Order: sequence, then structure tokens, then C-alpha cells
Amino acid sequence: MSSNQEGTAVHVHRDDLGAKIGMWLFLFTEVLLFGGMFLVYAFYRIQHADHFRVAAMELDTGIGTLNTIILLTSSLTVALAIAAIQKGNRFFSVLMINLTLIFAVMFMVNKYFEWSAKISHGIYPGSNVMLELPNGQILFFGLYYVMTGLHALHVVIGVVILGVMLIQLMKKKITQDNHVKLENAGLYWHLVDLIWIFLFPLFYLIQ
Amino acid sequence: MENHVKKHPGYSTYIFVWLALLAFTSITVTVAGIDLGNYTMLVALGIAAIKSVLVINIFMHIKYEEKIFKVFLLLSLFTLLSIFILTLFDIIYR
Repeated sequence: MSSNQEGTAVHVHRDDLGAKIGMWLFLFTEVLLFGGMFLVYAFYRIQHADHFRVAAMELDTGIGTLNTIILLTSSLTVALAIAAIQKGNRFFSVLMINLTLIFAVMFMVNKYFEWSAKISHGIYPGSNVMLELPNGQILFFGLYYVMTGLHALHVVIGVVILGVMLIQLMKKKITQDNHVKLENAGLYWHLVDLIWIFLFPLFYLIQ
Repeated sequence: MENHVKKHPGYSTYIFVWLALLAFTSITVTVAGIDLGNYTMLVALGIAAIKSVLVINIFMHIKYEEKIFKVFLLLSLFTLLSIFILTLFDIIYR
């Protein structure tokens, strides 16, 4: 960010290392946010192992697996976008960010179908169907909605951030020598992927 | 402009990591169908941990970053792990 004031030489102050450390510190607070929820999950799963197993049967493993593949692939495209701008290949970088955004939208569309199927079966917090269920199952679905919901919120925020990065890339504000913003946006996206790596087996793969 | 970041990998490394991640995903889905009793959750979490190591090291460039990043990461992992282990003790011996 350069401010062109009269008489002063243009000095661009940049600290890429500091920017990245700041981003990582933020990511650790995110890890603790989700970590707390995983802790609640672990606590109740141990207490209600059988109820969790029965409730998890309701979840669609196919859609969960598909979303896992989509998110892993979107992580790849972000990593490739950063590698591309480091090589000075703006076109490929823009292409990869666009692909990432498409994958993110695909993820959210799947999530929409998944949730609306649940809701049409009457499974949503506070519904009559839910209140009839045993405690452990209510806890499972509650955690399912909160944790995948918070994750989905992160996907939406990630889309906004990557969208801003895309505009900056196209406006040449992100360049081969100055791409720490894109790297930090990528770190955020990979964190979203990381959290899903744990959410997926814990919710969709209980037998 | 100083450049203290070690060289990042090329496209092919990322693609190999992606293929490995997909392979681990198919393993975890397949294994979930087999009844391993108490080990089911451990195996699932183990595979998730391996996938995380790949994402953090290669996609998130931790392998190529300065030492300070690794120290931060280990510190936060240790904090998280302590919280989990202490809570588990509380559940088990309650």
C-alpha cells in the first residue's frame, strides 16, 4: 500500500513474513473455536455411542464423500493458483481461483440439498420429530447442524475473500513479487478444508 | 527485497499430494464399512491426521516456512491435545 504524498519518496512498507505470521495466529484461534466443538462432540459421543451410531445412519455418506472430494480438489486449485502467480503466470492463477470458486459453489449446492432433505424429514433443531428422539440423537443432530453450519459459513466467507483476491489478481494488484495476500487467502481456504477432513469421518462415517 | 522463504514446490508436487489425499479418502470410506470395534474411530482419526499433515506441510507450505511457523504450530497442537486428553481423563474417571 503506497501513499503518494507530495515530496516524500514512495516507500512501500511490506512485511510478508509478518503478514503470514499474523494469518497463522488467526488460524490458531479458528482451530480453538472448532476445537471446542470437537471436544463437545467427543464428550457426548463417548456418553451416547449407540445413539450417535443410529443418528449417523440418517446422513448421506455419498454426498459427504462427494463434498470431501470437491473440497480437496478446491484446495489443490488454490495451491496451484499461488504456484502460478509465483511463476508469473497470471492467466493460470486467475483460472485456478475461478475453478476454486466453482468448487465452493458446488459444495454449497450439495450442502443445500443435504440440509433440505433433512429438514423435509423433520430433522432440524426444535422440530417435533427431533424432540421425540432420544437425547443422544438430538445431541448428534444438534452438533451436526452447528458444526457443519459453522463450517459452511467459513466456506461462504472463503468465497468472498477469494472473490476479492480474484479482482485484485485481475487488476494486477497481486503480482509475482507481491502475492502474500493470495497466500493468506489460500491459508484460510486450506483451513476450511482441514476442518472438513475431520468433520467428514466423525459425522458421515460412523457405522 | 529479501527473500527468506525456501523454494515452493512446482505444480506436480501439489497434484501428487492431491492424488494421495483422494486415495486416503477412498481408504477411509472403505474402512468405515468394516467393523473394527473400538478401533474404527481411531483408524478414521488416524487417516484424517495423515491427510492433515499433507495439507499443512505442502498445501499450506509449512514445510518450506521459517522455523517460527513450526514452533507456533506445534505449540497450538500441543495446547489442543492437552485440552482433549485432560477432558478425556475427566470423562473416563468420572
